[in-house]
Amino acid sequence: MRKFLLGSVAAGLMLVAGVAQAQETKTIAVSIPAADHGWTGGVVYHAQEQAKRLEARYPGLKVIVKTSPDGASQANALEDLTTQGIDALVTLPHNSDELTDPIRQVKEKGVFITVVDRALTDNAVADLYVAGNNPALGRVAGEYIKEKLNGKGNVVVIRGLPIVIDEERNKGFDEGIAGSDIKVLDRQFGNWSRDDAFKVMQDYLSKYPQIDAVWTQDDDMAVGVLEAIKQANREDIQFVVAGAGMKDMIKKVMDGDKMIPVDILYPPAMVAVAMDLTAAGLYDHLPVRGSYILDATLVTKDNAKDFYYPDSPF
Amino acid sequence: MTDTTANKNPARRSLGDIDLRAVAPFVALAVLLVLGALVNPNFLGVDNLLNVLTRSAFIAIIAVGATFVISAGGLDLSVGAMSAFVAGVMILFLNTGVVSGEIPMLAVAMLLAIGVGALCGLANGVITTQGRIEPFIVTLGTMGIFRALTIYLAEGGSIAMKAPDLRAAYRPVYFGNVFGVPIPVLVILAVALVGAFLLYRTAFGRHVIAVGSNEDVARYSGIPVNRVRTLTYVIQGVCVAIAVLVYVPRLGAATPTTGLLWELQAITAVVIGGTALKGGVGRIWGTICGALILEVVGNIMVLSNFVSEYLIGAVQGAIIIIAMLVQRSLVRRR
Repeated sequence: MRKFLLGSVAAGLMLVAGVAQAQETKTIAVSIPAADHGWTGGVVYHAQEQAKRLEARYPGLKVIVKTSPDGASQANALEDLTTQGIDALVTLPHNSDELTDPIRQVKEKGVFITVVDRALTDNAVADLYVAGNNPALGRVAGEYIKEKLNGKGNVVVIRGLPIVIDEERNKGFDEGIAGSDIKVLDRQFGNWSRDDAFKVMQDYLSKYPQIDAVWTQDDDMAVGVLEAIKQANREDIQFVVAGAGMKDMIKKVMDGDKMIPVDILYPPAMVAVAMDLTAAGLYDHLPVRGSYILDATLVTKDNAKDFYYPDSPF
Repeated sequence: MTDTTANKNPARRSLGDIDLRAVAPFVALAVLLVLGALVNPNFLGVDNLLNVLTRSAFIAIIAVGATFVISAGGLDLSVGAMSAFVAGVMILFLNTGVVSGEIPMLAVAMLLAIGVGALCGLANGVITTQGRIEPFIVTLGTMGIFRALTIYLAEGGSIAMKAPDLRAAYRPVYFGNVFGVPIPVLVILAVALVGAFLLYRTAFGRHVIAVGSNEDVARYSGIPVNRVRTLTYVIQGVCVAIAVLVYVPRLGAATPTTGLLWELQAITAVVIGGTALKGGVGRIWGTICGALILEVVGNIMVLSNFVSEYLIGAVQGAIIIIAMLVQRSLVRRR
């Protein structure tokens, strides 16, 4: 009898637990750009890793990660994801103008919306906004260069692609060096590509006999820049300031490389932060609505080990 | 680089006999060089010119292959993605370290790259000829496949050479020189010489032109049209692999942006060089010249101060169109 009682209590408990779990079954969809350069590759990696971690942490949670090669197919992907029935959407939109309305339509179905990195044109659409700080990324770089060169010197700039993010970073950089005798000799687009940055840097080296420092705002492009400088055997360039937090560059900072004394964070792992906060909002009922802006942290030799992810592809 | 009339019978060659259409790209290049010198005195510096010449190697070598494909009436849009894929496979193999010794390891990896390139080209050729599908569609499809495979191999990131010793041993293939001539420039010359020989001096070359001029006539003449077509894609694949052999030592990595839009640059180089996009005419040296023109235009843009960085694309486009107009006017004057 006692045994039977225990058994039935246990069975009942299991049933309750089962019901509780069934009630907690929720789905988070993650819609991000396909890996078209190093940084977005990092976004895909961190999204997939975080999906596994969250599913382990919250039994019953399902995380769908979907990548899209361009804005139009991302809009389609959003529709497909919504028809599957989702509770929350974490999205890094290809571009703000195209995707604001498709995301608004997802929201109208009662889905919690988390936007990462690129803000929508209508701020009311996003329940939670997680991003790096683009103007600060430029400003921190500018301030570092100003300080390191004692407020005087020749700097060349390699830009990314002509989009808002690049514009914000460049404005920030100008603020950072404002009031000094730092002269920006040139600004050309390197398209966030190693090969293009290599070419642009080769041309800068032909064009200018004296360059003190290079600002490229992106670690991928820094790889090409370093190779071009090495080939030209130029001694005048003291250092290169890049940004994002690619593991090879963080490693160089850790090892005290003279050409890469610092790096500035704009981590692709921000997508994981966004997913974590979203899940916390769904399951733990924490108040997560609002904006979460990550610092453009200056990575130096002292703190580099905190930002080194040797397993990440980026 | 003046033997542009190699396709003519040398016995009959005289000054009046020179085909202006073949000379035109060189005239356009000369005009650009003068323009460059006016824009910035550093342009004509030996270092700068060697940089530009060396940089043009990838597109020039790939474009030699594209000259074969296009002369035979085909098209290959997959070359950029194929470059990234071959580079990725080659670097992954180098990272396994299965062969001991740096030189043997590099040699095996190079052979592997050429093999992979040839197989990729063979796939394009067989699907086009046996499947009887437009090459535009086939290579658009394989372009997506090669690109996605690269990203899959890279797990979304980049594929970099891990062993620093191997990287140091391989680096001179891009940065080294023989008697002051950078190795990539020698590779361009070698590939172009072999290409010119194949296209102008062999039965296969004549078959390529015949197939491109008129497929039906070629077939009735007993030319194995499908085999010739397929072989042009294989040549294209091998050329892509050779370009990769020069590309990998430069930055030691394949990334998702490797080879992006190279297909369009290669096709542009071929057309600027005087090869007809509809097939039937092939000009290897013109193609090399076209690749140089593309690279020189980019170089002049960065060296000049009077073009806003936002407008560079527009000016580049205009210069390419003007270069073509110069060519055409030369031909008409004749």
